[in-house]
Amino acid sequence: MAQEKTSGQANTVQESLWSRFRNHDLTYQFLRSPITVVAAVICLVLILSAICAPWLATMNPFDPKQVLLMDANIPPVWIEGGDPRFVFGTDDQGRDLYSAILYGLRVSLAIGAGGVALAAAIGITLGLMAGYFGGRTDAIIMRIADVQLTFPAILIALLVNGIVQALAKGSSRETWAFGVLILSIGLSFWVQYARTIRGSTMIEKNKDYIHAAKLVGQPTVLIMLRHLLPNVIGPTLVILTINMGLAIITEATLSFLGVGLPPTQPSLGTLISIGNKYLFSGDWWIVTFPGVTLAIFVLSINLIGDWLRDALNPRLQ
Amino acid sequence: MLAFILRRLMQSVLVLVVVVLLAFTMFRFVGDPVNQIVSLDTPAEQVAEVRKSLGLDDPVPVQIMRYLYHVVQFDFGISYQFRQPVVDLLAERAPATLELALMSSLISLLVGIPMGVYTALRRDGFFARLFQSISLIGVSLPTFLIGILLIYLFAVTLGWLPSFGRGQVVTVYGRWTTGFLTVSGLKALILPSITLGLYQMTLIMRLVRSEMLEVLRADHIKFARARGLTTHSIHFRHALKSTLVPVITIAGLQLGSIIAFAVITETVFQWPGMGALFLKAVQNVDIPIMAAYLMIISALFVSINMIVDLLYAFVDPRLRTTIKN
Repeated sequence: MAQEKTSGQANTVQESLWSRFRNHDLTYQFLRSPITVVAAVICLVLILSAICAPWLATMNPFDPKQVLLMDANIPPVWIEGGDPRFVFGTDDQGRDLYSAILYGLRVSLAIGAGGVALAAAIGITLGLMAGYFGGRTDAIIMRIADVQLTFPAILIALLVNGIVQALAKGSSRETWAFGVLILSIGLSFWVQYARTIRGSTMIEKNKDYIHAAKLVGQPTVLIMLRHLLPNVIGPTLVILTINMGLAIITEATLSFLGVGLPPTQPSLGTLISIGNKYLFSGDWWIVTFPGVTLAIFVLSINLIGDWLRDALNPRLQ
Repeated sequence: MLAFILRRLMQSVLVLVVVVLLAFTMFRFVGDPVNQIVSLDTPAEQVAEVRKSLGLDDPVPVQIMRYLYHVVQFDFGISYQFRQPVVDLLAERAPATLELALMSSLISLLVGIPMGVYTALRRDGFFARLFQSISLIGVSLPTFLIGILLIYLFAVTLGWLPSFGRGQVVTVYGRWTTGFLTVSGLKALILPSITLGLYQMTLIMRLVRSEMLEVLRADHIKFARARGLTTHSIHFRHALKSTLVPVITIAGLQLGSIIAFAVITETVFQWPGMGALFLKAVQNVDIPIMAAYLMIISALFVSINMIVDLLYAFVDPRLRTTIKN
């Protein structure tokens, strides 16, 4: 220890950060749960390959110049009639499935993350306001939350989608599908954040440090953002993780139902929906590989979410 | 007590009013539904005529008030796509959805409860762990993927069950079409209801398990053990009984979401129900159907919620006293 201290300021900070991370309860529990480690590794690999899709893919499935209809419905390489250029085979438009899955994963991930971020932003803002101001603000916000909670998210997402479609008449689906999906998911999932944040805000706002901040004349917005928020935001981490899986499923479902992304911008759900049409003609690979990717990804996220919920629950320790 | 019931009733009505207003507002956002009906080369007079016949020329408040007046009489207008009254379309498809929902709830209860009890009693057994893992997979797999999987396995590969439609249906009581009375109707019902019920089943299994674990630690169970009752009687007569109250509640509340989730299942299996109709309406911007579906589903949700709340007040004495105060 003494030696480390003399080895320079920057080094010490790094050392202590690393050892803090290594000795943290969460790290310890994480390493003790092999399933979670596997899930985390799978998640990481999938996320990285989604981000690096342009470098990993053999072709760009969005680029019409690289797609040949002649190559349509080729089976995977290990089956008779397979083509070494297309490891997992091709879909009905001649897109390489391996590349399409990488790009699809990217789209699914982006929409999932965007949707969850929007939901968290709406929920945390409304929850802070409801908890801090109380009274009528609280009543209105929580009443809206109650009403919305009775509706399944998928129904709200479908409605938002239908309304936007009506509004955006004439303009092509490609231009707005991405944003609408994020909006639908954001508007479907905010309630849980709002309820959690409101609950802890109502406890925290009566503590001394908030009174002190009020006494020295800090503006309300600053109190809420700088003092209250860091102390109430913790529990949302678990919701964030679990919602991520739900958001990806919702996006895939909407795309499957034909109200999400169009076939020209395939997400995993769109690919599955294309594959579903060819299931009866025996072209099983178009639906299988995107489906398996989606299932493994969501399962890993849910495993991490489950573990995190238990690990952060003080009653179980 | 009466005050509580009235307040609860008022709340529900308020929610419904908000939903109905929301449904009306959707009208104002409609693009041009006339384009859905006419083709590009329809003469302009004819387009204007269609527009007028749909009542789209009137000012917005007039349209809203007219709609409100009709809704109270179950007249939801005429569908833009089918040129038929929405209420007829919905009534025609309601039996399919309701039978599917009923069957799925039954499956989810009849399979979910025993699985939950088993996993709670044999917590570390092999099958208990297996069920737990399966339930996590059931939650992670999107409904439509489960449907596709079942179709591929039992319809395409094995050829045992039909992959779409309701099979042969029989008309009873004038309008109601049922698939319960024919062999092909029952066969057609199997795959969709498993698909739809699987998620609820995992939910009920997990709920029963955690409730059961909690109850088994409670004092009255300890006392029952001390009285020397058999394990069987303790588990099934005492523990399971007190577990079932919250389970029934959740199952009741889930009935609404089963009907909503039917949108996905009906699409996968080309089931001619309300959900498929709603999805088609969303795709084709058929606002009357969208609005009607929204209102019907809300009415359903709100009434189920209210009934559950009221039942709780009757059943739970603690709640009764807080209401009084």
